[in-house]
Amino acid sequence: MANMLQLEINGIPVEVPAGTNILNAAKSVQVRIPTLCHHPDLPAWAACGICVVRQAGSPKLLRACCTEVTPGMKITTHDSDIVRVRRTVLELILANHPNDCLQCPRNNNCELQKLAADFGIREIPFPTDVPSIPVDNSTPSIVLNPEKCIKCGRCVQVCQGMQDVWALEFIGRGEKTRIAPAADVTLNESPCIKCGQCTAHCPVGAIYENDETRKVWDALRDPDKHCVVQIAPAVRVAIGEAFGKDPGTLMTGETYAGLRRLGFKAVFDTNYSADVTIMEEGSEFIERFTTNGTLPLITSCCPAWTDWMEKYAPDFIDNFSSAKSPQQMLGVLSKTYYAEKMGIDPAKIYMVSIMPCTAKKYEISRSENMFSSGHQDIDVVLTTRELARMFKSSGIDFLKLASEDADNILGSYTGAGTIFGVTGGVMEAALRTAYCLITGDAQPPAINFEMTRGMKGVKEAEIDIKGTKVKIAIAHQMGNVEQVLNSIREDRKAGRKPRYDFIEVMACRGGCIGGGGQPTGATDEVRKLRTAGIYSDDEKSKLRMSHLNPDVQKLYAEFLGKPLSEKAHHLLHNHYHSKKVYAK
Amino acid sequence: MSYKQFILVCGGTACESNKGIALFTALKNAVEAHGLVNDVQVVRTGCLGFCEKGPIVKILPQDTFYVEVKPEDAEAIVGEHIVKGRVVSRLLYDKNQSKTNVGIEGIDFYQKQFRIVLRNCGVIDPDKIDEYIARDGYKALEKVLFEMKPEEVTAEVLKSGVRGRGGAGFPTGKKWQFAAMQPAGQKYMVCNADEGDPGAYMDRSTLEGDPHSVLEAMAIAGYAIGANKGYVYIRAEYPLAIQRLETAIAQATEYGLLGDNILGSGFSFSIEIRLGAGAFVCGEETALLASIEGKRGMPTPRPPFPAVKGLWGRPTVINNVETLANIPVIILKGAEWFSKIGTHGSKGTKVFALTGKINNSGLIEVPMGTTLREIIFDIGGGIRGGKKFKAAQTGGPSGGIIPPQFLDVPIDYDNLAKIGSIMGSGGLIVMDEDDCIPDIAKFYLDFTVDESCGKCAPCRIGGRKLLNYLEKICKGTGTLQDIENMKDISEAMCRASLCGLGQTASNPITSSLRYFYEEYKEHIEEKKCRAKKCKNLLSYTILAAKCVGCTACARVCPVNAISGERKQPHVIDNAKCIKCGQCYDVCKFQAVTRA
Ligand SMILES: Cc1cc2nc3c(=O)[nH]c(=O)nc-3n(C[C@H](O)[C@H](O)[C@H](O)COP(=O)(O)O)c2cc1C
Ligand code: SF4
Ligand code: SF4
Ligand code: SF4
Ligand code: SF4
Ligand code: FES
Repeated sequence: MANMLQLEINGIPVEVPAGTNILNAAKSVQVRIPTLCHHPDLPAWAACGICVVRQAGSPKLLRACCTEVTPGMKITTHDSDIVRVRRTVLELILANHPNDCLQCPRNNNCELQKLAADFGIREIPFPTDVPSIPVDNSTPSIVLNPEKCIKCGRCVQVCQGMQDVWALEFIGRGEKTRIAPAADVTLNESPCIKCGQCTAHCPVGAIYENDETRKVWDALRDPDKHCVVQIAPAVRVAIGEAFGKDPGTLMTGETYAGLRRLGFKAVFDTNYSADVTIMEEGSEFIERFTTNGTLPLITSCCPAWTDWMEKYAPDFIDNFSSAKSPQQMLGVLSKTYYAEKMGIDPAKIYMVSIMPCTAKKYEISRSENMFSSGHQDIDVVLTTRELARMFKSSGIDFLKLASEDADNILGSYTGAGTIFGVTGGVMEAALRTAYCLITGDAQPPAINFEMTRGMKGVKEAEIDIKGTKVKIAIAHQMGNVEQVLNSIREDRKAGRKPRYDFIEVMACRGGCIGGGGQPTGATDEVRKLRTAGIYSDDEKSKLRMSHLNPDVQKLYAEFLGKPLSEKAHHLLHNHYHSKKVYAK
Repeated sequence: MSYKQFILVCGGTACESNKGIALFTALKNAVEAHGLVNDVQVVRTGCLGFCEKGPIVKILPQDTFYVEVKPEDAEAIVGEHIVKGRVVSRLLYDKNQSKTNVGIEGIDFYQKQFRIVLRNCGVIDPDKIDEYIARDGYKALEKVLFEMKPEEVTAEVLKSGVRGRGGAGFPTGKKWQFAAMQPAGQKYMVCNADEGDPGAYMDRSTLEGDPHSVLEAMAIAGYAIGANKGYVYIRAEYPLAIQRLETAIAQATEYGLLGDNILGSGFSFSIEIRLGAGAFVCGEETALLASIEGKRGMPTPRPPFPAVKGLWGRPTVINNVETLANIPVIILKGAEWFSKIGTHGSKGTKVFALTGKINNSGLIEVPMGTTLREIIFDIGGGIRGGKKFKAAQTGGPSGGIIPPQFLDVPIDYDNLAKIGSIMGSGGLIVMDEDDCIPDIAKFYLDFTVDESCGKCAPCRIGGRKLLNYLEKICKGTGTLQDIENMKDISEAMCRASLCGLGQTASNPITSSLRYFYEEYKEHIEEKKCRAKKCKNLLSYTILAAKCVGCTACARVCPVNAISGERKQPHVIDNAKCIKCGQCYDVCKFQAVTRA
C-alpha cells in the first residue's frame, strides 16, 4: 500500500498516495484545474503556466501539473487573484495565435479554444502578432502548421520520448522558438515514421492529419468509379467518440450503414483480411519455426513500425514477416478476387480505407509491392477523424442509423481478426491458429491468451504448445521496441539462439486503438475503454480463429490455392529495404 | 631563491585588454635589462578591482599603487622606483599623495572595502599554486579532511549564515544539508560560473585572480555532501578564466589536492570544466544541468530541486563562484568570525561590479549592510562629471531601479527585496540625470527578450509585449492604458513563469513604475523625455539670434530638412526632421537647441 498523504484543497480534506501531483489530487475531490501543455501520457513540461495554484503561506504560485503534494499542504485552486493571472497568461497566448478558429482543423475540438470559452474571453487586450512560418505538408500523412503552435512541447516529447523517432524538435530560442522537423529539413526528409502520435497529442490545430476527404467526395460522385471501402478494427470502437459516445462503444454496424449512405457500392472489413494475414503470417511462422528458418519472426502490419525498422534497424529486415498488412491485402483482393467474381474492371474500382492511422496514408504507395493488382491497390486512406467529418458534413445522423452488415465477399470476420486493433492482438490471433495447425487440435485449451494483453510496454511470455515452447515478445509505443531488438542483438553477438521466436510490434501506445488518426484526446483511460470494446467484439463473435472464417477458406479454395502459394506470394507479400534516416 | 621585491601587474580581463600583456612584457624586459631577475619578480595577478584606472601596477613590499600604466612607463618603474627607490608620482592615483603614503590606503576606492572573496586577487599569481598555498591555501581542505566530519562541515557553513551569491540568496549550509541527507551514491558538486548579466564580471575576475579558492571550496563541499565529482560550468567567452582554471586544476591534481585519495585521506574528488555557449538562461540551475547533460539548455520545474534530483538524476549541489570563494575562509576563521560581518539576515561581504555614470568603476567588495551612498559616493567617487545621481540598478536585468530616497538603506538581501530590487549576482549600475528611466527599462527588457529560452508562455510572449509597450512609450505613442496592460503582464510573468528569468524580467518595469511613474507619464502625456534620450520625443530648432548661417547644419542633415541662405539664420522643417541630432552636434555656435 502506497504511503498516503493528507492535505487540503480549497478547504476540502484530501488523501492521496505520495507522489501524486496537485492536479490529480484536485481531481479526486472534483476540482478541475485548467491545463494546456500537460498531457497524462507525458512527463510535465510545465510550459504554459495555466495550471498555477497557491499554497497557503507562499506568495509564489505553484504549477499543479508538476508539483507533487506534500503532507499538510493547503492549496487554493481558484480565487480572483489566481484566475486573473491565468487569464492574463491565456490572453498572452491568444495574442500570439492566429485565432482563425473557423478555418481550423481543430475547430470545436481544440484545447485552447475551450479554455478561451471557459474563461469567457471576449477580447484580447494586447496587440496580436503571429510569426509567419510556412506550412509543412511534405508527407502524405500529416501537416505541420507552426503558426498555430503554442509550444506546449507535447509533440516533441511524443516524437522523441514515446516514439524514439526524433523527427521533431524545437528550433530557435525565445520568441523565435518554433516546432520543426529535426535539423530543419522537411518532415518527409526527416526521420518521421508518420505514426501521427504528434497529431493525436497536439492540443491545437498545429499538427494534424493530411485531409483527403475531398478526393473521396469526388470519387463518390464519379459515375465511372466503383467505390468500395474497408474499415479497420480500431475504427469501430472510437468513431462514436466524435459523436459524443463513450470510448469503446462498438459502432461497427452503424459505420457500415453510414458508409453505404455515403454512396459506397461495397463495404468491406479489414478484419476479414486480418484473418487472411493470420493464414499467411501464421503459416510463415510455422514454416520458419519448424524448419529452422530465421527467427524471431516479427510482425509487419504497422507501417510506422516498418518505416522505423527500415531506417533505424535494417539488421532486422530478414526477420520481418513478408505478409502484407491487412489493409493492403484487402486492397489487392478487392481489385483482383472481388473484381473477377463481380466482373468489374479493376481499373474502375476505387478502394478507400478507413483507418485509425496516419501512417496508412503513407503505406499505400510505399513500394511497388503496393501496386500488385496492376493498379494502386488502395486509392486513398481516411483516418477515423476524417470519416467522422464526412458523416457530419453529409447530414447523416450517425447515432440514429440502424446497424447493417458488411458486404460479401470481403466482409466477414472472426474474433481473431478484430483483435488486430489492440496491442498483443496480432500475436494472440496468430497463436490461436498456430496452436491448432501445429497440434491438429480443434481449439487451444484457452482461447484467450491473457499474457498477450494489457498496457505494459513490453510483454514477454512462453507459450506451451503441447510440449513445444514458443517464446514471444510484444512491444507497443515505438520507443519500447529498441530494448527488445537490443536483446536479440545481444543474443546474435553471443552466438546464442535468439531469446524470442515471435515478436509483435505496434508503433502506437495500446496498438491501433491508440492510433494517430483516432479521435483526439486519447489517454490510457480512453485506450483501456477502446481495448475493452475490441475484446467484447471478439467475445461475441461466433468464430474466434482466423482459419475458421468460411469466406477465407473460400478465398483459398477458389482463388489463392493455399497459404504461401505462388499467387499468394505475388499478391499478399512484400519486401523491405534499408533506408537513410534522413532522406536529405 | 627569494625575491626582494615584487611588481604585480593586474591580469584581469579589463587591464589585459588595455595593453596589459605588453606592459607585463615591458616590465619583465626592464627588470632583465637592469640585471634584477634574481631580486625582483614580475607577477601577473588577478583583477585588482580598480578597473576604471587600469592597467594597475603594484609594488611590494612598499605597497605602491600605480594607475593607468602604459608599457612605456615600465622603464620609469624599474629604473626609478626599483633601482633608485624613487616613487614615480605621475603614475600615482592622487598625484599629490605624500611620498610615504602611496598605497591603497590613500585611495578612497579601497577604503570601506573588506576583502574575503577577493582576498588573494591581485596579491598572488593565479597561475602558481605555491602562492595560493603560501597564503593558507588548501589548509581549509586539509582541516576538513582530517579534523572534521562531513556533517560538521555542513553545520559550520550553516552557522556562518552565508547565503548563495548567485542571485537567490538561499542559505548555502541548508542546500548542502539537503544533498547530504540524500541516500549515499553518486552525487555531484557544480560550480556555476556562467555569469551572464550585462555589466557583471565578479565571478570571472575571481576565477581569473584566485582559481584555487574555488577549487578548494568545491572539494570541501564534495566532502561535506558525499560527492566525488565536480564540474565548473563556465562560458566559453571567458578564455582567460578558463585557462587559469585549467592550470589550477592541473597543479592541484599534481599536488594531490584533487584527484584520488586526497592527501592520503581516502577522500577522492576530481573536477572537470564544462563550457557554456553563452546563453543567459544557462545560468539558471536546472538549465545549466540540462546543458551539462548535453541537452537543450531549458529550465525544468522545481521541485524536484537539484539537491535531490540533479545531474543525471543524482543529488547535486550548485553553487556560485563567489559563494564558494567564501568557504575556505569560513572553515579556517570559523563561522563565528564570519557571521559577525554583515547584517542580521545577510552575513559576510558582497562583491559588486560598479559601473555606469560613476567616477571609479571597478570591482569592489564590501560588508553586507554598506549603504548605496557609501558605495557610490565614497568608494565610487561620486557621479561622473559632477552630475546628479538619479538611480541605481542592482541585480542586472532581474533587478529593480532604486531611486535616491533609498541611498541610505543598508544593502542586504532583505532590504533590497523590500525596495523592489534584488541582490542578484552583483552588478551595480549607476545612473545620472542623463539616463531616461523608460529607456533603461527598455534596455533590460530587450536583454531578457533576447535571452528568454522560449519554453514557457508568460516569459516568451509577455516579455515581447512589454518591450513593445516600452518602445511605444519611448516613441511618444504610448497610452496610459498601455501602462495598465504592462502591469497585468508583469504580474502574470512574475507569477506564472517557469524560471527566475521570466519571474524577475519585469522587475525593472515594476520598480520604475513605482518610483518614476512621473517620467512615464511625461513621455505619454507631454511627449517629453526629460533626459533627452528618446529621440522621437525631441524637437530641434535653430535660434535665429545665435545662427550665423555657416550652413554646417544644412550640409550634415541627411534628409535635407534644414534650409537657409548663407549668412542668414537657418530653419529646420520639423515635418522632415528625423531627429538624428547631427545638426545639434555639428553647430559650433550652440544655435541648434533640443527640447
Ligand atoms: C536566468 C537566471 C540566470 C542565472 N545566472 C546565474 C549565473 O550566471 N551564475 C550563478 O551563480 N547563478 C545564476 N543563477 C542562479 C542559479 O540558478 C542558482 O540559484 C545559483 O547558481 C545557486 O548558487 P548559490 O546558491 O551559490 O547562489 C541564475 C538564475 C536565473 C534564473
Ligand atoms: S508522425 Fe510520429 S514520427 Fe512523425 S513527427 Fe509525428 S510523432 Fe514523430
Ligand atoms: S505543434 Fe502542437 S503539440 Fe507540438 S508544441 Fe505546438 S502546440 Fe504543442
Ligand atoms: S499501431 Fe496501428 S495506428 Fe499506430 S501506426 Fe501502427 S498501424 Fe497505425
Ligand atoms: S521563464 Fe523564460 S527563460 Fe525561464 S523557462 Fe520560461 S521562457 Fe525559459
Ligand atoms: S499545464 Fe501546468 S504548466 Fe502547462
